[in-house]
Amino acid sequence: MSLRSHSRWPFWRNLGARLLSPLLLLLLWEAASQSGVLPARIIAAPSAIGGTLWQMLASGELAGHLWVSLIRALSGLAIGVSVGASLALVAGLSRGGELAIDSPMQMLRTLPFLAIVPLFILWFGVGETPKIALIALGTTFPVYLTLFAGIRGLDPKLIEAATLFGLNRRERVWHVILPGALPSFFVGLRYAFGISWLGLVVVEQINATAGIGYLVNDARDFMRTDVIVICLLVYSVLGLGIDALVRGLERFTLAWRPAFIRS
Amino acid sequence: MPRSASVAAVSVRQAVRQFGEQRILDGLDLDIGAGQFVALLGRSGSGKTTLLRALAGLDRIDGGQLQVPQARAAVFQEPRLMPWKRAWRNVSLGLRGANPEARARAAMEEVGLQHRLSAWPGTLSGGEAQRVALARALVREPKLLLLDEPFAALDALTRIRMQQLVLELWRKHAPAVLLVTHDVDEAVLLADRVLVLDRGRIVDDLHIAQPRPREIATRHLQEVRRHLLGLLGVESNAEPAPNHSFYLTGTHR
Repeated sequence: MSLRSHSRWPFWRNLGARLLSPLLLLLLWEAASQSGVLPARIIAAPSAIGGTLWQMLASGELAGHLWVSLIRALSGLAIGVSVGASLALVAGLSRGGELAIDSPMQMLRTLPFLAIVPLFILWFGVGETPKIALIALGTTFPVYLTLFAGIRGLDPKLIEAATLFGLNRRERVWHVILPGALPSFFVGLRYAFGISWLGLVVVEQINATAGIGYLVNDARDFMRTDVIVICLLVYSVLGLGIDALVRGLERFTLAWRPAFIRS
Repeated sequence: MPRSASVAAVSVRQAVRQFGEQRILDGLDLDIGAGQFVALLGRSGSGKTTLLRALAGLDRIDGGQLQVPQARAAVFQEPRLMPWKRAWRNVSLGLRGANPEARARAAMEEVGLQHRLSAWPGTLSGGEAQRVALARALVREPKLLLLDEPFAALDALTRIRMQQLVLELWRKHAPAVLLVTHDVDEAVLLADRVLVLDRGRIVDDLHIAQPRPREIATRHLQEVRRHLLGLLGVESNAEPAPNHSFYLTGTHR
């Protein structure tokens, strides 16, 4: 406690020093834009970006697009995580399941899922279905791989102890294997979240009329560099937010881990 | 259950376990009476762990007969607690019958950890974790308690305290105990009987009748100790060494 209050002043001073150079860069950027060295078709001025952002926020345009993207990403993610987790459980908990599931999964996971876009358009048309299906496909593999590895990587001594102390198979899965594999699952979940946002940019090029990815493509056609920068900002803020969400979930469900116990 | 179950906790006849050509257990015979404290010594690779795992039901044997009580429990060298379950939940894990929570709490109290009931295993010291493992074994009221080098990873002071605790709990609950250990002193101080295992067979079976607490420095126990060390292939000096380092520096070999 005392250590923290001692270091408070240097903390703020450090923060100020850290912010100084980005602010300086921003000012340089603004000056370059105003003087015409940086034309708006290369990149818009910070002030213009700020103005557009304010406009898009006030009109609800940005929120509307964000909502559409969010629904797509979360639907795809929900399907992908469920499928990946189910397959990992079947493959992880039984020999037969592993034989049946693991090699096809290992083959499929090496396909760049974005290369399947044309096939999905042929199969599912150009509506919402291929968009959600593609995100689901992309998010299945990281969840499958990490959860499967987590189940198989569990300390056999713990399972042995559980057997010795009279746990039947169902209880072993519930009390030992699943909680033990949870940390690995969260690693996969983080990857899956990242992939779902990455996927959005691509799938929203397929005949979309709304969404952040659509906004980027639309802005490119009209050379609206300010809108593109805003979309990039939205992505990074969302990325941070989702990371915080997963961290919160981990903190809650993995409270037993030494890293969380100490903090 | 065999009719001798009230007398013998464990009865092993001509047990064989082999991996490929190598016989780990080679026609092993062993009887442990109900409530007896037996220590099992042996060099590494002598089959100690294989025998213990067979008695625990974690491993099969390839030939011979094995009779063990249904109610058995084990404590291993590592505590093997589930890190995601609080201490008392580790104790009550898999516990059948009425009121598992209260029984788990009582067991935690017996090992002196009533103040650590809700601790995460990750926050327990080595000795505390091992005591939780002991509580988890005892709460099942085993007829046979298997101890696989349970003190090996503990520091010297904690080890002495744990040995006393095990003796105390053994007197109170009276299970048959099979303690697998490398430590000759530990075996001599704790057990009613000391067995020596070599190449898959029991080559010596010593009864130690001295009352506990025992003192390793007594003449008789020193002789027992030297005898056991000889069986284990450790040559010791003819005279009990009052100062070990003196003898080491005095050797010219």
